[in-house]
Amino acid sequence: MPANILLVDDEQGFVDTMAKRLDNRGLTVTTAYSGQEGVDALAANHSIDVVIMDVKMPGMDGNEALKVVKAEYPLVEVIMLTGHATVESAIEGMKSGAFDYMMKPCDLDELLEKVEEAYDKKQAQETKILEARARHIVLRRGD
Amino acid sequence: MSDTHYYHGLAKSMMFTIILVSFAPLLCIVLIAGYQYSVVYEEKVEAHLRELVLKHDQSVDSYLEEKVAEIQVLAEIIELGRLHDPASLQALHDALVRGHGSDFVDLGLVNSEGIQVAYAGPYKLQGVDYSEEEWFKAARERKVHVSDVGLGLRGVPHFTIALRLDENGQEWVLRTTLDFISFNKLVEDIRIGETGLAYIINRLAEFQTTPRRDMTAEVPFLRQMAASMTGRSDMVRGRAAIAVETNPATGRETLFVTSPIKNGDWIMVYQQDAADAFSDLNRSRNLALVVLLLGGISIAVMAYLMSKRMARKVARADAAKDIMNEQVIEAGKLASVGELAAGIAHEINNPVAIMVEEAGWIQDLLEEGLGEDDNEREVQRALNQIRTQGGRCKEITHKLLSFARKIDPTVKSVCLNELVLEIVLLSEQRAKYANVIIETSLGDSIPPVEASPSEMQQVFLNLVNNAIDAMDPGGGNLDIMTRVEDDTVVVSIADTGCGIPQANLSRIFDPFFTTKPVGKGTGLGLSIIYGIINKMDGTISVNSALDQGTKFTIRLPVAEGEDGGACDFRTNEHGAS
Repeated sequence: MPANILLVDDEQGFVDTMAKRLDNRGLTVTTAYSGQEGVDALAANHSIDVVIMDVKMPGMDGNEALKVVKAEYPLVEVIMLTGHATVESAIEGMKSGAFDYMMKPCDLDELLEKVEEAYDKKQAQETKILEARARHIVLRRGD
Repeated sequence: MSDTHYYHGLAKSMMFTIILVSFAPLLCIVLIAGYQYSVVYEEKVEAHLRELVLKHDQSVDSYLEEKVAEIQVLAEIIELGRLHDPASLQALHDALVRGHGSDFVDLGLVNSEGIQVAYAGPYKLQGVDYSEEEWFKAARERKVHVSDVGLGLRGVPHFTIALRLDENGQEWVLRTTLDFISFNKLVEDIRIGETGLAYIINRLAEFQTTPRRDMTAEVPFLRQMAASMTGRSDMVRGRAAIAVETNPATGRETLFVTSPIKNGDWIMVYQQDAADAFSDLNRSRNLALVVLLLGGISIAVMAYLMSKRMARKVARADAAKDIMNEQVIEAGKLASVGELAAGIAHEINNPVAIMVEEAGWIQDLLEEGLGEDDNEREVQRALNQIRTQGGRCKEITHKLLSFARKIDPTVKSVCLNELVLEIVLLSEQRAKYANVIIETSLGDSIPPVEASPSEMQQVFLNLVNNAIDAMDPGGGNLDIMTRVEDDTVVVSIADTGCGIPQANLSRIFDPFFTTKPVGKGTGLGLSIIYGIINKMDGTISVNSALDQGTKFTIRLPVAEGEDGGACDFRTNEHGAS
């Protein structure tokens, strides 16, 4: 899966190790240590497919960042990570358009499955857009 | 705080209040009504007696008048010559007897020397010399005279009417004797009650009628009374005087009703023991007193029983309330522990997640093989990280354990600075996520206070949580300060949050008052804190301004008997977390 992933979490140890493991499995990984950093990373890198984001972060928390992402990059899918105490926030996130949520600590294989689903969805959507555009161009040419 | 002394006092004051309130109107009514009633009753009795006496003396007077008138008519009609003649005198007497029964006992004509020259009657009194008799002497001066009652020559009580006749320059006296018995009867049958009796006396207190009982002992007294009646304005016919005096003969208080008759020569006296006359009144008075007494006793007994029962009920209610309070505090403690547990669990999750990731990474590397790349060094690094994170977990669980250990509510000497730092540590994570910066300024050598550590924990935790809630998620500053003022330790917790509106400031310590949405706050936190602080003889106050912040200040008395050094603590400046 050639997916481009953004990892957002304030626990540096966690983010770094996770990045290494995902990298080992062939994904391209960018890291950010706060909600704001994550949004900035998205602005800088338009090829990010899936964002894996922790809910509880100081400063801009996960849900706020999610809303920004969904507002500005609606095709990017977001998977929320949450500790037990914040399941409600994750559900809030789902209502705001998150793709799914997972509890920390998470099983890597499960996470990879979800990332794949998200990636596939994004790809499918992008393909539909291309096709629609193509049809539009064809129609315009009047052939 | 059940204090038997307090409840005894309560019962006593209730009892006295009930008794006072019940007795006061009761006594008032009994006294006022009783007084009024007895005054009126006495008046009525006296008026009645007076009327009675008046009636009788009127009848006595009219009796006498009638007899006198009779004789006068006779004297005018019959010529003197006929009166000389015994036979015609006798005929006259017979006529009188026929007309008046035995009232006119006899009839006689007395010449100017006092010799009875003609007599008609049952006695042998012809020729008797009456010149020394009082009535004879009186008749010489007055035309008509009614004598006092006396035994006379016949040895039988009687009295005489003497009528002076003038004829041819000569004076004659026509006399007639009146029957004493029927006269006596007029007076004798005035009888009321047990001791009431009536009699007639003259000015010298000589009895004119026979009283029902022997009155010799009272004679001097009566003489005195008669004498004192001389010259009184009510010696006018038609007025009866009433007096209440102690009868020297009987020693009892006696009612005397006196009325002059026969133009003041005689006095009609009615006497009755006061106790007898007012017997009905006294009886009802005694009855009222008995009722009052019984009522009073039963009121007192009831009041005593009732107040004891009430005090017991109050004591029980207070005890139940105390238990309830304890339970509420327990519930509050559990609630804050629950909140804390959630926070701590989340905190632990992070290091655990890292440990899991690193372990997984090590597995990945082992699959590749340790010989490859930097893998061995990587594995070392990962293992170290695992150890570090494990250490973090240990710290967190220790934090929780030390909180949990203090569930025991017994009061000990507590060092507040220590407690504050503990709470700050516990709340670090939460503060971080809420963008709140906690700063502490803890005074040097704050002396310990007498408190239950678990309860003080609850107090500080609650206040810190409230402060963070007020600033979540915008963030702000949370400042905790401790200092000493004389015998008091002062702790203040100030935030820069949304503040408390003026209208709510007086209600924040009320139970179940909360401005948080349903399910988010029970409204019990501050009321529990209030109860805890009060129990320790401390005070808690609040200052707040909308959108600027809130500051809670707690004052606690220093523990006695401890030196100030027992809590010497390095004051750590806990900076931003």
